[in-house]
Amino acid sequence: MRVTQGTFSFLPDFTDQQIHEQVQYCIDNGWAVSIEYTDDPHPRNTYWEMWGHPMFDNPDAAAVVYELNECRKVYGSYYIRIIAFDSSPGWESIRLSFIVNRPSEEPGFKLSRTEVKGRNIQYSITPYSNDKPQGSRYK
Amino acid sequence: MPDGDKKLDAKARYSAGVLEYKKMGYWEPDYLPKDTDVIALFRITPQDGVDPIEAAAAVAGESSTATWTVVWTDRLTACEKYRAKAYRVDPTPNNPNEYFAYIAYELDLFEPGSIANLTASIIGNVFGFKPLKALRLEDMRLPVAYVKTFQGPATGIVVERERLNCYGRPLLGATVKPKLGLSGRNYGRVVYEALKGGLDFTKDDENINSQPFMHWRDRFLYCMEAVNRASAATGEVKGTYLNVTAGTMEEMYKRAEFAKELGSVIIMIDLVIGYTAIQSMAKWARDNDMILHLHRAGHGTYTRQKTHGVSFRVIAKWMRLAGVDHIHAGTVVGKLEGDPATTKGYYDICREEQNSVSLETGVFFDQDWASLNKVMPVASGGIHAGQMHQLIHYLGEDVVLQFGGGTIGHPQGIAAGATANRVALEAMVYARNAGRDYLAEGPTILAEAAKTCTPLREALDIWKDVTFDYASTDAPDFVPTTSVS
Repeated sequence: MRVTQGTFSFLPDFTDQQIHEQVQYCIDNGWAVSIEYTDDPHPRNTYWEMWGHPMFDNPDAAAVVYELNECRKVYGSYYIRIIAFDSSPGWESIRLSFIVNRPSEEPGFKLSRTEVKGRNIQYSITPYSNDKPQGSRYK
Repeated sequence: MPDGDKKLDAKARYSAGVLEYKKMGYWEPDYLPKDTDVIALFRITPQDGVDPIEAAAAVAGESSTATWTVVWTDRLTACEKYRAKAYRVDPTPNNPNEYFAYIAYELDLFEPGSIANLTASIIGNVFGFKPLKALRLEDMRLPVAYVKTFQGPATGIVVERERLNCYGRPLLGATVKPKLGLSGRNYGRVVYEALKGGLDFTKDDENINSQPFMHWRDRFLYCMEAVNRASAATGEVKGTYLNVTAGTMEEMYKRAEFAKELGSVIIMIDLVIGYTAIQSMAKWARDNDMILHLHRAGHGTYTRQKTHGVSFRVIAKWMRLAGVDHIHAGTVVGKLEGDPATTKGYYDICREEQNSVSLETGVFFDQDWASLNKVMPVASGGIHAGQMHQLIHYLGEDVVLQFGGGTIGHPQGIAAGATANRVALEAMVYARNAGRDYLAEGPTILAEAAKTCTPLREALDIWKDVTFDYASTDAPDFVPTTSVS
């Protein structure tokens, strides 16, 4: 399966040039761009690990692409995403978030059902890869 | 102003009998509205021979303190304060028998935090008033002091996006069709296919409540099976608007509680449940971390005709105060009424921190929303993937695009229809961000994306000629002014 979180997961994977274009769009809007990685793609895993702080005063997308490739050298088998933060009043949150690196194999998610009273079912979603400890989930 | 319109002294004013409204103090051309006044703008069509200023004063009177005759009991009150004041009457551009009347209302006329009370005053009595042929509430200015007495949207656009983990693009939805007759089990199939294929949301239609063919619990259970299956299949947060509209508040709370128990991220209500019920559900939604979707069922009966009723921009303002998170606000290019400029006005009211006067989009007042959450507008009705460039151009990024027929009617099936919409959307946002002239190049961008997406190719082929190009019945009346350069 393919984890389709993020703004562009239904498009073919981006080249570095395409990533550069999108990052520059964010920078030109005044947003701070950040790189985050994880080996837990659960849809409600909010806090991926940060590859450094958001690059607040960086005017050039090339610096982000450079850092992305540094991150890939260490976490190339992980999910990596680009996130853009907008500090404007009334927003103060994320404006764009897209996956730029993913494991070569994505085993997907296990759906567990617990039948409770009446016909009610409680659902739980777990990434199959989470059976292994953090750091050893993807090759 | 004719001499006869001058204010009378107290003795003459309160002598028993019938007096023109404008002489009773409801017409004050020199009045400067206070920052704390509620201001209403009415489009007035007086009966033949009725003076437009008297008509405006009558509307001010009948929507505040007046009755048809002089009453001495006025003098037991600070009646000058409580009288609404018509202070400006302009002929309507292009419509000789219609007038724009501006009326200011003292803040103390209204109960804090009650749309029911606000509307009982402003639209409670005057719309059937005989001296008027027709009356339309065009816009309102709500003072910050009053805005602050309302909860506002339970969740708001920003937190909704954080909760859904979805940024940078419009959300995608679809209404399950056919709207009536599916069993719970069959209904859930549509939800599953559409969400798995790439939509963020599916939606109950306005009249899906609890009927013989599908009772509400059955629908909720099958829908949540579908939502969770789709979430596991994609790794995304998914939702389906579970319509909790019912005959009583008790029943609605019961259904909402069950939706919460099942883990739904969103519930839905219809406008026809009434303003108080909407405010109650908004409060419940805030207390329970639930996104609240409003379907504007019934609004066309009073919003569509230009001379009589209530403009939808006013309904949008009331609903932002009342506290809904989603509201259907038009598509511009789809099958339902919607002039592009007027629709932009509605969207601005839902999404901006502050609205500025913009006569070309029908916004007559500056409006400060005082940090009330923003409402996510929903575009639904006769739209399809081939219009993606126009939809993003007209409606922007913070909107739910709902393709019902445009998903479920896809020749390769529902999931393929959903995928076509998602790919078209992501390709268009990508092109926009990359600096392309996406509106002009829209069809090319879609054709390029379709090269690697067969479902999109089929969608573009089958719906390429579908447009709904009819004259709008509700466009703003304004005089274009030359810009100062």
